[in-house]
Amino acid sequence: MARAATNRRKLGLTLLAWSIGIVIFFPILWTALTSFKTEAEAVASPPSFLAFHWTLENYTEVQQRSDYFLHFMNSVIVSLGSTLAGLLVAVPAAWSMAFVPGRRTRDVLMWMLSTKMLPPVGVLIPIYLLFRDTGLLDTRVGLVIVLTLINLPIIVWMLFTYFREIPGEILEAARMDGAGLKAEILYVLLPMAVPGIASTLLLNVILAWNEAFWTLNLSASQAAPLTAFIASYSSPEGLFYAKLSAASTMAVAPILVLGWFSQKQLVRGLTFGAVK
Amino acid sequence: MATAHSRAAARLTMSPAVLLLLCWMLIPLVMTLYFSFLRYNLLMPGTEEWIGVLNYQYFLTDPAFFAALANTLALVGGVLVLTIAGGIGLALLLDQPFWGQGIVRLLVIAPFFVMPTVSALVWKNMLMNPVNGLFAAIAKGLGLQPFDFLAEAPLSSIILIVTWQWLPFATLILLTALQSLDRERLEAAEMDGAGALDRFIHIILPHLARAMTVVTLIQTIFLLSVFAEILVTTNGGPGTATTNITYLVYAQSLLQFDVGGGSAGGIVAVVLANIVAVFLMRMIGRNLDI
Repeated sequence: MARAATNRRKLGLTLLAWSIGIVIFFPILWTALTSFKTEAEAVASPPSFLAFHWTLENYTEVQQRSDYFLHFMNSVIVSLGSTLAGLLVAVPAAWSMAFVPGRRTRDVLMWMLSTKMLPPVGVLIPIYLLFRDTGLLDTRVGLVIVLTLINLPIIVWMLFTYFREIPGEILEAARMDGAGLKAEILYVLLPMAVPGIASTLLLNVILAWNEAFWTLNLSASQAAPLTAFIASYSSPEGLFYAKLSAASTMAVAPILVLGWFSQKQLVRGLTFGAVK
Repeated sequence: MATAHSRAAARLTMSPAVLLLLCWMLIPLVMTLYFSFLRYNLLMPGTEEWIGVLNYQYFLTDPAFFAALANTLALVGGVLVLTIAGGIGLALLLDQPFWGQGIVRLLVIAPFFVMPTVSALVWKNMLMNPVNGLFAAIAKGLGLQPFDFLAEAPLSSIILIVTWQWLPFATLILLTALQSLDRERLEAAEMDGAGALDRFIHIILPHLARAMTVVTLIQTIFLLSVFAEILVTTNGGPGTATTNITYLVYAQSLLQFDVGGGSAGGIVAVVLANIVAVFLMRMIGRNLDI
């Protein structure tokens, strides 16, 4: 009796949860489906869900009409490059904050976080003019620099919270045994911190991949990552839904898969430890 | 424990990160502040001169500023209410046992990973377009007149798009908080005859209060700077119907080349964001035990 009631409740919840999940996911699903339609079928009324002529031509055409691969590589280079550069600077900083905290450590951490709260329009104009005058506008190097800096506070914070879970005695033991600072960080800390560093890397690649304020304002035809490249589809000529969908699907799919793997880190990284 | 040697090393290892962030924050901010007191137009090079607070006077008395301020508040407030209410509902649902929990969770958080330009263009063209969009097709199927979302209700449409993007974040944080709730307390309350609504109001909501505050503060920081979604859907229009402060500063400085006026707007945006940031920093600081 009770068992049957529980099962009926579970069935009801299952139906409800799946319906809501599918509604929320629907725009992404619809984009993926449209990317396999012809342009005529993409705007057909009434629209067809699966019973259409499946084609891959949009994917080849997106590449031919504009060098999609160039922008894809820009995204890869900018997001990976800025994350690696950020880690290089942040690992030593987080090491000292986690294992040799001083009176000021707390203030420094909080101050770093406060830089993340500076609205980008507050510094847009000087950065734009500096980039224009130094030839960094529309270059991958320029974007790597900016994205490294805007995500550095998050990288330091995430690493700090992971490092703090590593027992400091192990590092001290290495120090007693005469390991220098470099050896301590490279051979003792890093191997233990690999999972935390990997999570930090993952979340930051995602954030950098989707960053759309600086990439839109500082890049044009050459260095534009996918965020900025896809914005060029906002002023279309002729039929373009299927091509927009193909370009979007390729831009979203890889990062969506990474994102699904990093659910847990997302909470940790974006709340700065305020929610556990 | 910490020797003088390791203290020195700590300062050394921290300095690159500190110096870089200091440069990033201080130099451009001081430049913006300086520009905001100049007559400085990129189309008229060489005519820069000190004009005191005139830029602020113009910016703060411009009707576009009040429109942008109202739009910013509506956008931030609207998205916050929708994502937190929806997030609590979804978190409660996802916390229940049902078949395929893991998969539904993946479906629900997916929009967070879609880049802003893609989600805005997909919503604008494939869903909301009054001629070829899916919503129009559904309306026609039901015998209704298709609704031109971005022309008739531009700001609400953008609120809808941004809500879709941020609902996963709110859900995920609230779900994490919900799962740390002591089940025994709920069961004890149920034994004592507390109904579902009672348990929600007196046990679950207070437990989620902290997470709700964090979601509010973090989302506010990001929502004050919504930009790409506006750029690719409405360009701030029609008129100034969807111009927020961020977009207004962008338009003034990079479309009208008025660096002085744009800088004044940038400083105003910084001041507004700081009001929120102070509260957020306090919340995070309280939880930081060093």
